[in-house]
Parts: sequence; C-alpha cells; structure tokens
Amino acid sequence: MRSLWRQRQLVVLSLSIVLIILFSYVPLWGWLIAFQNYKPSTKISFFQQQWVGMKNFVDLFNDPRFTRALRNTLAIGALKIVFSYLFTLLLAVLLNEIRVTWFKRTVQTISYLPHFVSWVVAANLFFVTFSPEGGIVNVLFVGLGLAKSPISFMGEPSLFWVMVALSEVWKNSGYGAIVYLAAMTAIDPALYESADIDGASRVRKILAITLPSIAPTIKILLVLSIGRLLSVGFEQVYLLKTPSTTQVGTTLEIFIYEFAMKFSMYSMGSSMSIFNSLISIILIVGCNFFAKFLDGEGIM
Amino acid sequence: MTTKLSSNGQGRQKLGRLSARTENAIFDTVNTLVMVFVCVVTLYPFLNTVAVSLNDSVDAVRGGIYLWPRVLSLKSYETILIKTSAIPHAAMISALRAAVGTGISVPLSMMLAFVMTRRDYVLRGFITKLVLLTMYVSGGLIPTFLTYRAYGLTNNFLVYVLPTAISPFNVLVMRSFIDGIPFELTESAKIDGASEYRILFTIIFPLSMPVIATISLFVAVNQWNQWFDTMLYCSSNKGLSTLQYELKKVLDTANSMVSSDASEALMDQNSSGGRVTTQTIRAAMTVVSVVPIACIYPFLQRFFVKGMTLGAVKG
Repeated sequence: MRSLWRQRQLVVLSLSIVLIILFSYVPLWGWLIAFQNYKPSTKISFFQQQWVGMKNFVDLFNDPRFTRALRNTLAIGALKIVFSYLFTLLLAVLLNEIRVTWFKRTVQTISYLPHFVSWVVAANLFFVTFSPEGGIVNVLFVGLGLAKSPISFMGEPSLFWVMVALSEVWKNSGYGAIVYLAAMTAIDPALYESADIDGASRVRKILAITLPSIAPTIKILLVLSIGRLLSVGFEQVYLLKTPSTTQVGTTLEIFIYEFAMKFSMYSMGSSMSIFNSLISIILIVGCNFFAKFLDGEGIM
Repeated sequence: MTTKLSSNGQGRQKLGRLSARTENAIFDTVNTLVMVFVCVVTLYPFLNTVAVSLNDSVDAVRGGIYLWPRVLSLKSYETILIKTSAIPHAAMISALRAAVGTGISVPLSMMLAFVMTRRDYVLRGFITKLVLLTMYVSGGLIPTFLTYRAYGLTNNFLVYVLPTAISPFNVLVMRSFIDGIPFELTESAKIDGASEYRILFTIIFPLSMPVIATISLFVAVNQWNQWFDTMLYCSSNKGLSTLQYELKKVLDTANSMVSSDASEALMDQNSSGGRVTTQTIRAAMTVVSVVPIACIYPFLQRFFVKGMTLGAVKG
C-alpha cells in the first residue's frame, strides 16, 4: 500500500483503465440475462426478472435457424481462412521477388488501399463490379465466352460463401502481406548467394529458402486465424448479404442482431453471445497450446 | 529432407545453367504480369466509381462506363454536397468523431502503455492482464447494448468516441515501442527529480512520434469508417448520422431494388427513374468517403508498416 502511494503519479496515469472496466467488463453482467426470461421494461428491475436456468440454451440448440447460422459461420470462417491465408502468403512471396524498388513500392501502396476503406465502401464496389447489369466481371465473362448470360454473382446463394472469401482477399491481402515481408527481411542474404552459386532458379530459392525461413510466422498466423474461426466479421457479411442470400449469409452474429436485437429477444441473444465467446476462447486457448506444442513457444 | 533436395538438384543440373536463367526470366515476366493484375484488380473498382460519379446520371444508366465518364457532369456531387444538407452534415460528424476520437484515444492509450512498461510499477501485471483480456472476452452485442443504453449513451455523440478509446491492440503496439526506448533515460530523469508526468511528456512522447503517428492513423481511419454504432445507438437521431451510415442506407435501397424479384418487376414498370439517381449518387458518395483516406494513408505508409510489424512480432 505504501509503495502504491509512492507511485501515485503512475496510478493517475493508469486511470483510463476505468474506461476499460466501464465499457468492456461491466457489460459482462448481461450474460446473466441468458439465464432469465428477460423482458425489457421500466417497471421490473433486473433482479425481478424470471429465472429460467438453461432453457434458453436448450431452445437455441433445438432451433433450426441457429443450426443454420452456425453452419454458415463455420463455412464462411473456414473459406475465409483458406482463401485469405493462401493469397496473402502468395502475394508476399511474389512481392518479395520484385527486384525493381519503385515498382515494389507502388504495388504495395496500391495493395494497402482496400484495407483502409470501410466495408460499406468495399461492399458497394463489390456489388457494382459483380453486377449482372454491366458490371465489369460479367462484361468480361460474357465477352470472353466464359458465360452465356450475365451471372448474378452476389445474388446467387451457391456463390455467396466464395464471394465473401474473395472480398476478404481483395480487402486485406495486401495489408496482411506486411507481416510476411517483415519476416522475409530477416532471412540471411548469404543463403540466397550460395544458392545462386549452386545455380538455383528463383522458384527453387522460394521453395528451399524463403518459405522454410518464414515457417514460424506462417505457422503462428495460421494458428491465430483458426482461433478466430467464429469471428467471421459482422460488417462484411452483413453488408454483402442481400435478401436472396439470407439463407446462406446469416451468421451467428447476424442472427443475434437480426432476430434477437430487432425483436427484443434479449435472453436468446445473450445466450448466443455466451456460446460464441466460449467456443472462441476454447479455440484460441487450444490453438495456443498447439502452437506451444509445435515450436515450444506460445503466442499469447 | 536433405537427400531429397540434393537428388532433385542433380536432376536439374542436367538441364544446364541456361535453363535456370530462362526460368528466371520467365518467372520475372510472369511475376510482373501478376503484380500488374493485382494493381488493376485493386484499383479498377475505385477508378470506375470515380468515372461513374462524374457521368451524367441519365446517361449512366445505359451502362458501359469503365474508366472515363462519357457525358461529363458534376450534378451528382452538386446533389449530395450542395442541394441537401444531410450528407455534408454526416461527413462533418464523421470528421468530428475522427478528430475527437483520436484526441481522446491516443493520449489515454499512450499513458496506459507507458505504465505497462514500468517494471517497477506495482499494478503493472494487473493492468496488463485487464487490457489483454478484453481481446478475448466481450459481453456480446446485446449485453453491451443494454449496458450502454443504461449509461445514457444512446443518441449521444460520446458513444462514438468513449467505448473505443482504448483498444488493446493499439496499447500493445505502443507498449512494445516504448519498451524499445532505453530505460536509462527514464532513470536518469528520475534521479534529476522529474515527475512521472514530466518523464512521459518530455521524454517518452517526443521519442514515440512514429508509433503515435501510426496509431493516430489507425484510430482516425477506423472512426471515419464506422457505421454500425450509428445504426445501433443513434439511428433515431438524424443529427448524429455519419457518412458511412448514409452510404450504407443508399446501398440498402440499391440492393433491395436489384435483388428481390418483386421489386425488380416494380422497377421495370416504373421506368428506371429511381435507379438513375441511385447509381451516380451512390458512386459520388463512395468517392467522397474514400478521398480523405486515399489522400492520407500513402504518406503514413512507412509508419504503419513499422507499427504493424512491431505489433506482430511482440503481440
């Protein structure tokens, strides 16, 4: 206690922790309403609400809409990981191979741009680009004879998951490549020089030097992204979704917003939030253990 | 692994050195083409939007505008920027939340990051854990909404800037930067009798400019791009609407027109009147909301690349 008083200036500087408590920790009390039949009202206080135990959870798991939302979330999450992971790595490797500095800089600067625009803008651009009425992709597809008539890319339920994954690639690959490129700068140039003496080609050097050297980064980022499997990004899917893709586009987060929030089914929504958090924590902790197991060093 | 590599290498040697050289030339050509393709795919949607926004709205409905407006017209910009006050006002709110949000977030995060680097600080472990845990635990949409409503934050400008003020990611990036500043500087200042505030503001702050620039960019861009909190907390107050939210509403009308069959049939009967305006106005609004970002981020590139890699290595 005395040392705390001695460090009172530091305590004053840490006061903004109050904001974290107010805005991140206090809302956790709301998890309790998942075990209630919560009715928003000014007359009944929180403690007078009817307690129902696990009923909300049982109802939830028996709800086909919930099962479908879970399926959509897993599908979109998995596709996003596979697509964005591979494309980001590929982009980083190819960027690293550019020898002309100004060209490399220009490509990088351009590839960052989509990361900084909002999902509203990105979704807008996607709808326009893939529009069946004069969107450039359809113009090219029909022009090149790849399709007989314009395809409604954004309205076709069977394409929706892939389109979401593609939008992720378009928006965040360039930015995500930064981490890999940073890891590549740490590779000892002597390795490449000796490979040159041995007459290795560029592809050979990528496969035998570049990729193995950044393997730890690749591994850690993969583990991290698996940990975020369920957090598929509310904004992205919500904005890309249209009435015709509701069936395949309603993820858990969107389900919470559209059903629970709009119809004031607060208890149900909270129980879903708990479910979501629990699975995420299990995934993250599990992946962290797995990472430790892989190279003796965790990521948290 | 090694045997596999060497045997493979011998196989290649038979083809001779020249083949490696031609292979490299082919690789370079293909790589350049792929990179050009990446740039085109990234930029085309933006350039196309600019072209559409500058085109006459009635003419635009004929389609076929790619990189250059066919009939030049500034009508769409006039409509959204001069004829109505809603969009300029929403843009002002967006700019305001970017400015105020950055002004609140950056100093507070900096203070927190500073105390988290002080190994002699008794509460260091506790505070670090409290900050880090928010990355993994959140109340979820509904509990958070109910709590913020109980705070009286609905239809309140503060809901934009206060809850997001301290982001654990930003604090971590700042912390690892401050960790790189030699502790001897702090120590010698303390011996000379400087207060903690003085150390923070006259030593740590000036030395942390790169990370402060990075985080300011992140916070400002993030604030400018937000729309969900507007929809959730402030949708009944027009005066607090943001530019992104207005754009989102335009996107909604456009989508409901295009996608549902019933409304499509309606559209055909009603001629294309509605869509004419939507298409170019939507483009103009997109341009207005992208231009500030496109102007700022290239200049801060070296900062955020540094900040990003710092965060990635340590975080």
